Amino acid sequence: MNIGHQDFYTQAILSMAALVGLTSFLMLGQGRLLRLIFVFALQGFLLTLTTALTAYSLDNHHLYISAALTLALKVMFIPWMLRRQVLLMNMHRDIEALKNNTAVMMGGASLMVFSYYVLHPIVQTSSTIMLNALAVSLSVVLLGMLLMISHRQAVAHVVGFMSIENGLFFAAIVATNGMPMVVELGVAFDVLVAAVLFGIFFFHIRTSIDSLDVDRLNRLHEVDK
Amino acid sequence: MIAAYLVLLIPSVGILVFVLTGHKTDTGKLNVRFNAICLLATTWLAINVLNQGTILSSGKAFLIDPFNVYLIVLTAFVGLTTSIFSAPYMAHEKELGKLTDKRLKLYYSMYQGFMLAMYLVLTTNNMGVMWVAMEGATLATVLLVSLYRTPESIEAAWKYFILCGVGIAQALFGTILLYYAAVQVGDVENSLLWSVLYENANKLNPEILEIAFVFMLIGYGTKIGLVPLHNWLPDAHSEGPTPMSAVLSGLLLNDALYAVVRNKMLVDGASHSNMAGLLMMGFGLLSFLVAAFFLHRQKDIKRLFSYSSIEHMGMMTFAFGIGSSLSTFAALLHMTVHSLTKSAIFVTVGHAAQVAGSQRIDNIRGLIKTQPRIGWGLLIGTIAIAGFPPFGVFTSEFLVLLATMHSYPWLTPLLLLGIGIAFAGLFRHIQPMVYGDKPESQMPVKANLWPVMIHLALVLWLGLAIPGFLANWFSQATILISGSTPL
Repeated sequence: MNIGHQDFYTQAILSMAALVGLTSFLMLGQGRLLRLIFVFALQGFLLTLTTALTAYSLDNHHLYISAALTLALKVMFIPWMLRRQVLLMNMHRDIEALKNNTAVMMGGASLMVFSYYVLHPIVQTSSTIMLNALAVSLSVVLLGMLLMISHRQAVAHVVGFMSIENGLFFAAIVATNGMPMVVELGVAFDVLVAAVLFGIFFFHIRTSIDSLDVDRLNRLHEVDK
Repeated sequence: MIAAYLVLLIPSVGILVFVLTGHKTDTGKLNVRFNAICLLATTWLAINVLNQGTILSSGKAFLIDPFNVYLIVLTAFVGLTTSIFSAPYMAHEKELGKLTDKRLKLYYSMYQGFMLAMYLVLTTNNMGVMWVAMEGATLATVLLVSLYRTPESIEAAWKYFILCGVGIAQALFGTILLYYAAVQVGDVENSLLWSVLYENANKLNPEILEIAFVFMLIGYGTKIGLVPLHNWLPDAHSEGPTPMSAVLSGLLLNDALYAVVRNKMLVDGASHSNMAGLLMMGFGLLSFLVAAFFLHRQKDIKRLFSYSSIEHMGMMTFAFGIGSSLSTFAALLHMTVHSLTKSAIFVTVGHAAQVAGSQRIDNIRGLIKTQPRIGWGLLIGTIAIAGFPPFGVFTSEFLVLLATMHSYPWLTPLLLLGIGIAFAGLFRHIQPMVYGDKPESQMPVKANLWPVMIHLALVLWLGLAIPGFLANWFSQATILISGSTPL
């Protein structure tokens, strides 16, 4: 595969995939919550661009709606909500000391390799470009999980959760040019409700443990001690 | 087909009504009425299916076939009986000062929301919508788990939200891969419709479908409560209000398994390896055994029975995984009897906890002396769930064992061992709770045990003789899933 021989759209999609993957790594190593949220919004914006690009090159109108939804939800509403929470809790100056940052980054890199390995059979049926796009989406999903594991703040967990959604959305756009409209609206609705619920939860967690550090949610055990 | 739309319409109206007027005092009764009407609608739907066979709606958006129709009726039935139980239960919780009017309003609206999500999972023909509805069910119940606002309940709800949310995201990735495989062979418009996928299953790329199935199993498996993805389940069951535990165990787990089996049917059609079945067998057996051991170490009565749910879901997953016609039939039957028995048990457990004023097993003593009906209900329910004859669970577990002996004889000892350990685990806790002297402080409560009796009577009936039309549905569903007739 020589990238110079591909058409403009494919080249653009590949660069987008690379950038989306990069933002995931940036989030992984980020200890400051406000910056984390900013990078998350950036990832959402890249998704919006990808969707709009696909919509334009395929002349597909319903993808414009998806792009608008992504812009509204992932670039504006969710980052705004999270930012508000952080400021409200006065956490914007805290730097979360990430344990084993090197190991986590190395783990992230191996997850990316793993994604390529898992999805390799797909090459048989389609181009290597598809493999790249899908593997990046899967690694965004897995990196989102790693982000949730390595961070202790509830806000970071929500960012991880939503960035998993981003990975899935990217897969849907690139591999299949979006899902059927009804599914896409449904998913967007679920994301919206989830975001609102997270907001409610922040309030509850704060009132119950007076912090958003999820390590302190440790009352329930598999077996009673 | 109108019946199917009605089934979806009634809970939607229910949500609206409760959001607007949920603070009124008779909401509990209204909730019962909504569920009763819904049960009527599902019965009508079932009669339609009985007369005409599989129904596909005109836009192909909904599909009612023998596999889901009985689950739909079961959903409506358990929804109704649980709502009958929940009305006085929630009123009592309010008297104790644990709940406010506002939270009751939330509870009833979300009860209907949950029912809507369940009906949508079952009736939809679109794999994407199925995912959306499954996630919707999480979203509807997550605030109910934290309804009491205790630190424990908030922790449980957070865990439930994050684990199930992340888990089910995997299922969406699987769905996208499925769609990707389908777009390559068929028209784009209908590519996510199950009926279309099923017809063209042999054309789908087996490798992509196998990868997709792994993600689906992990995703929906989180909701089934398969070990090691089960962590949320005991917490959510023990910290939420008891009616919620009853519907979570009785309905949500079943529907998640239903989603996995639907996907397995597609993978089996595309690929000739038995990879999907083996994966399900492995996860199922692991969950079954691990949960059986965990039963021994529980101190909370609701946690005890939620581990029992994991155990039974594991067994069903295992049975569907074997994939022979006998095991599939057994799994379908087990889904029904487990759902009926477990929701009945949670209803009794709810009353027992109110009698004792605590959910800790150590604090619940001498139930038969305090309030005989609750004590006997709990005892008989436990006997039924542990798989004693003549109850239905015995029949289905026996069939699973038989099917295992046919297909994988060397796994039979493991199953028997698990059943034995689970039995011991349940009874060592139940025996002191129902027999023995009652503590001074224990007082009888106002309890409506009709739902329990009806459920247990049905389970008994299913154990003695399965009615003809139901057996017919089970057989047709078995043919659909496993490809051959049972027995």
